[in-house]
Amino acid sequence: MSQVALDRSFEERASGALKDLPLRQALGIATERFMAQRMNAFHNLPGAEELRQRARAIKEDVLTHLDDYLGQLADSVRKRGGVVHWAKDGAEAKEIVLALAKERGVKHVVKSKSMVTEEIELNEALEGAGIRPVETDLGEWIIQLAHEKPSHIIAPAIHKTRHQVAELFSERLNKPLPADIEVLTATAREQLRQEFLQADMGISGVNFAIAETGTLALVTNEGNGRMVTSLPPLHLAIMGLEKVIPTLDDLMVFLKILARSATGQKASTYVSLITGVRREGELDGPKELHLLILDNGRSRFLSGPYREALYCIRCGACLNVCPVYRQVGGHAYGSTYPGPIGIVLTAMLQGPGGSKELAAASSLCGACEEACPLEINIPHMLLELRREAVGERKVSAGERAAFGVMAAILSRPRLYRLAGLVGRLFQWPFVTSGRIGRLPFPLSRWTLNRDFPPLSPKPFSARWQGLNRNGA
Amino acid sequence: MSLTASLFVTCLVDLFYPEVGEAIVKVLRAQGVKVGCPDGQTCCGLPLLNNGYHSQAAWVARRMIPRFEHAERIVVPSGSCAWMLRNEFPRLFPHDAATRVKAETMSRKVFEFSEFLVQVVGPDAVNASLPGTTITYHDSCHLLRGLGVSEPPRRLIRRIEGARFVEMVGSDRCCGFGGSFSVKLPEISGAILREKMQNIEATRADIVVADDCGCIMQMKGGLARTPNGPRVLHLAQVLAGEGIR
Repeated sequence: MSQVALDRSFEERASGALKDLPLRQALGIATERFMAQRMNAFHNLPGAEELRQRARAIKEDVLTHLDDYLGQLADSVRKRGGVVHWAKDGAEAKEIVLALAKERGVKHVVKSKSMVTEEIELNEALEGAGIRPVETDLGEWIIQLAHEKPSHIIAPAIHKTRHQVAELFSERLNKPLPADIEVLTATAREQLRQEFLQADMGISGVNFAIAETGTLALVTNEGNGRMVTSLPPLHLAIMGLEKVIPTLDDLMVFLKILARSATGQKASTYVSLITGVRREGELDGPKELHLLILDNGRSRFLSGPYREALYCIRCGACLNVCPVYRQVGGHAYGSTYPGPIGIVLTAMLQGPGGSKELAAASSLCGACEEACPLEINIPHMLLELRREAVGERKVSAGERAAFGVMAAILSRPRLYRLAGLVGRLFQWPFVTSGRIGRLPFPLSRWTLNRDFPPLSPKPFSARWQGLNRNGA
Repeated sequence: MSLTASLFVTCLVDLFYPEVGEAIVKVLRAQGVKVGCPDGQTCCGLPLLNNGYHSQAAWVARRMIPRFEHAERIVVPSGSCAWMLRNEFPRLFPHDAATRVKAETMSRKVFEFSEFLVQVVGPDAVNASLPGTTITYHDSCHLLRGLGVSEPPRRLIRRIEGARFVEMVGSDRCCGFGGSFSVKLPEISGAILREKMQNIEATRADIVVADDCGCIMQMKGGLARTPNGPRVLHLAQVLAGEGIR
């Protein structure tokens, strides 16, 4: 039901989502809660604005000296016994992962939640090579069982109600389970425990990678990240190249804003700092640590109007406040990253010409920019994507003609007055008792949901003469 | 010292809601402001910018700037148009320094209507009475987040004699208008509007006030299909004492 159907347009997928009542109910409840908790968390944080500005400054510094910081990170990881891989795109990344898995005879992979692996569709590649990946974040596990994609950056199964999850678990595990959250999580725990013990490779994402120390920071709430990165003998962490930050002090800045922006927590339940492989005398940690640093379109954004999109820390706050996302959910976008920032990130992944259809999926209300802990000016980026779409003739000839006519009229006052006059003369068939309930295409799309106002018989410009005579 | 204001009427007020323009003139004059209205106005060009037609928006701006560049202060009855004039006009001319400088000079003189009243005329510049009415206020996105104006309209509404002001839940949330968004993605726009209307109706207000004729068009169009729905009025209209059925 919530499958991503890419043969349909965004509008068609959104239309389907709008008719999916459980989806809208689940989304409504979850996004309201996220919003309220985020507001509350920042309200109680003194100096919140300074923190945001510091975070921006750190990100800007990282992007300005990206090669240096990545080089430093790679050196630090190697010094601690880790191996560093570089991939320019998803295909290269998957090749590296599969080669590594094959070399080590890996059959069974456990994963902690990672959007970057979703981005490159790693699970599909592993399955194709006869390796069984198991998602161990509860939400990710739910959607893996349902053969779906995440519909939110931090809450992948946000579109599902607990009743739907109970149904899904009952069916997949062949035993009837009640729609009781405690029972369902206990069931997941029991199932996943077995997976952790069997796994011969753990794959995680990276929230922040610290150049100075080679530390990989994972921010989670379920503790599964810790097991993924410490139980199997081999840990592979995959990160987008913008995740590097200079020092552990910088990490503190981001930790203060990430959980608050994402879930409204002061801190996530777990913050795992992984620095190198298991050392002599240590009781846990992987024997082997690999870090894969992925570009996949990111460096394309380093210069130009979308640079700040690389500031994104994937907190999901812009999704929760977006009026479009809140109505249709993530699957309607048909992309790995949904919501306002997702539209921009999709353009990054797809390259020039990508994401043009999605750029229209915003009322430009600006709630995303306001909620973003890095204050990324997403609305301007969406405007820029729209401008590119027009420049590349990705919009219909009809639309171009209509806006051409509009521009001609609006830049010529006489033509504008004439157009108003013509409109007033010809609107009468549509006006019933001062209201317009139905209009022909394309304005029929307006009257679908609401009345259209009739043109006033006497525009303000004509009234002004009278006002001016009688006035001061 | 008498204040002068040049009214940028906006296309929506000119063509669809001229009574809003009249109310603005009335309210400003009642406060002793000398109101002018330069000839040959059309639209700020925001619909063009919003759809990616930046150079066409620049044509419109180029024609408009000379009509206002000598104005002392420019008063705009819509948050989004005021935002366009103030924030976006200067950005439309990256390669034309002369026009950009004119746009920048002009942008500093732009005031949205409630901003002008509270910041320039005086914080209590209200002389209106609407006894027995309950009023709620919808924050227009561009006014609130684009220009940072939240308190002035509320302050003015609270000063209306006899009116009770109630906040709605999510007053700062979009009404789903978004210009051509409302026509390009009408079902989503309609779903956002329904949520807004529920929040409005929960206040049991008689009047919803907004300060942007785009939002007014959207909410008024939706509420027209709701039996006994509240009236949707521009801030200037309630300040002019309109709003009693």
